[in-house]
Amino acid sequence: MPGSLVLVTVHVPDIRISRPQVQPERPIPDAQKLAGESTSDVSAVRKFLLSRGNSSIADAVFHWLMVLCGLSIFAIVALIAFELVLRSQLSWQKFGLSFFYQAFTDRETHLPMFWDPVNEHFSALPFVYGTLVSSFLALLISVPLAIGLAIFLTEMCPLALRGPLAFLTELLAAIPSVIYGLWAVFVLVPLLRAHINPFLIHGFGWTGLFNDENPTGLGFLAAGVILAIMILPIISSLTREVMTAVPHSQREAVLALGATRWEMIRMGVLRNARIGIVGGIILGLGRALGETMAVAMVIGNTPEIHRSLLSNGSTMSAVIANEYAEAVSDMHFSALTEIGLALFIITIIVNALAQLLIWMVTRGTPSQVH
Amino acid sequence: MNEEKFKFRSRMRALTDSSVTALSILATVLVVAPLVAIFVYLVYKGASSLNLDFFTQIPKPVGEAGGGMANAIWGSALLLALASIIGVPVGIGGGIFLAEYGRGTKLANAVRFTADVLNGVPSIVMGVAVYALIVKPHIPFLPFTGHFSGFSGGVALGIMMIPTVCRTTEEMLLMVPHAVREAALGLGVPNWRSVLSITVKTASPGIITGCMLAFARVAGETAPLIFTALGNSFWSSNLNQPIAALPLQIYVYALSPYDDWHRLAWAGALVLIVLIVLAVSLVRYVTSRGVLKGAS
Repeated sequence: MPGSLVLVTVHVPDIRISRPQVQPERPIPDAQKLAGESTSDVSAVRKFLLSRGNSSIADAVFHWLMVLCGLSIFAIVALIAFELVLRSQLSWQKFGLSFFYQAFTDRETHLPMFWDPVNEHFSALPFVYGTLVSSFLALLISVPLAIGLAIFLTEMCPLALRGPLAFLTELLAAIPSVIYGLWAVFVLVPLLRAHINPFLIHGFGWTGLFNDENPTGLGFLAAGVILAIMILPIISSLTREVMTAVPHSQREAVLALGATRWEMIRMGVLRNARIGIVGGIILGLGRALGETMAVAMVIGNTPEIHRSLLSNGSTMSAVIANEYAEAVSDMHFSALTEIGLALFIITIIVNALAQLLIWMVTRGTPSQVH
Repeated sequence: MNEEKFKFRSRMRALTDSSVTALSILATVLVVAPLVAIFVYLVYKGASSLNLDFFTQIPKPVGEAGGGMANAIWGSALLLALASIIGVPVGIGGGIFLAEYGRGTKLANAVRFTADVLNGVPSIVMGVAVYALIVKPHIPFLPFTGHFSGFSGGVALGIMMIPTVCRTTEEMLLMVPHAVREAALGLGVPNWRSVLSITVKTASPGIITGCMLAFARVAGETAPLIFTALGNSFWSSNLNQPIAALPLQIYVYALSPYDDWHRLAWAGALVLIVLIVLAVSLVRYVTSRGVLKGAS
């Protein structure tokens, strides 16, 4: 950049003063040669700048260090996948794909059974079932609430309330899973046991979804409710983000045609934001599928399949949390790892899908930082 | 006739409108209620069980009253320090790559996408992977490997910090105006110095808040610690041995049958949540104040 040298002249003293921590000046052969050839017409500025040398080596090193940091994210994902695949080989070779749908018959009772670490019979079916049921319940409860909250916050809420409410829901997302679990064990489960479950059994027992075989209050419903509370802020904040991304002209156009506020929200906002909202719901689903501690604390942890939502069950993540540290055999260990691998693949697919959908909606607008 | 029909329809529309308003207010109340319930109950139960012993004593054996979680607090601090040493530099480096060097390239888009996906991988899976990698490795004899250890727990938490730190760093760096970079380069500052002492420095409040968010997130993580750090009921600072952690202790105590331990679990939960709320509020305060007000 020789062209800019003249302009810089005036500022040279400033540079020296403001940056006293510069590297020791190391002359570079080229620069010395240059300085030697031209005698008096080389200004102090030029000498100063040339004496800095060029920083191409330092630049290249720094550049590649940063690239390495970026690539490390690939490495982490690859390493996780590699370890999980390697460690689940034993179970994969023995059970194959039937690991996810088979059932064994108990020799003595002739009842179907799924998980028998002692005889090394393993099937992930009850855990897949439990994960799906609890996540579906969570979505059923949280999606209407989250969208209602997002509509209220973006379209109706007085400005003074918006900040605190948004902050509160953000806090909801920051509470650790284990504290939700603690609360669920001591508050939610007794509440379900004493008031809500009897009501459900009495009123909706005929559907077969609620029976009174399990009086503890633990089970799929408790897990579904606590999961719903946990994924609500995720769905609602993403819904809010895509709704804010809808241009104001859309709202104004619909309002100008004489629409009421709800019609404006329905036609002008929700219709435009629907792909992003679906993305947010899928992201919430991804979180619900992998959520561990709170679920493990309230679902009852029995490897069984029941139709009733009030009975005990287990999920893929809960069984890993409960048994991994105390796996009794290599096969047990391998079967648990295979469940982990399945969870890894499912959540990657679900999250990739969600990111894609959200990206489709918000790519035009700058991302918001919260 | 037509007029009546019109009147009826507009009344119906107004009715739908107000009922939707009512429903969304109801939804908001239903969302806020459990949150308030959780907080009130937590403060009520936690504050009544919290005392000086909680911070100074290690757990007493079953049946003896009193005791605290000093070892768990200390263990958590060690684990989080190790996690930050791993997660923060790599995360910031990744963010610098995304914002400064790879902007718009396919590689950067792939890294960004992978980071977002990695963010959604359940923490328990991270625990399983670290268990396979460090606690029960293929290659024995490496230092720190082959058994449950605080080291493996710290690594698991550190890996979980990387994507969050990386993405917030990128977002913050993108907010730094181009003129600042050009000014630095125009003065003949090498590129790497311009990135570190101009761009990153300008965005540093935002980057720090991003790191704190990631920190707050892993501070409460339990799942990846169950079979890496394992827990320990004695005082230990040795990262090569099983070590106690606050969330882990809360989990164990919550599921125990003893009232005394339940009280300790509530006190631990209160301490944990106060730390996290402080971090999040700080983040909120800094971001709402305008991180880069001086620069833009």
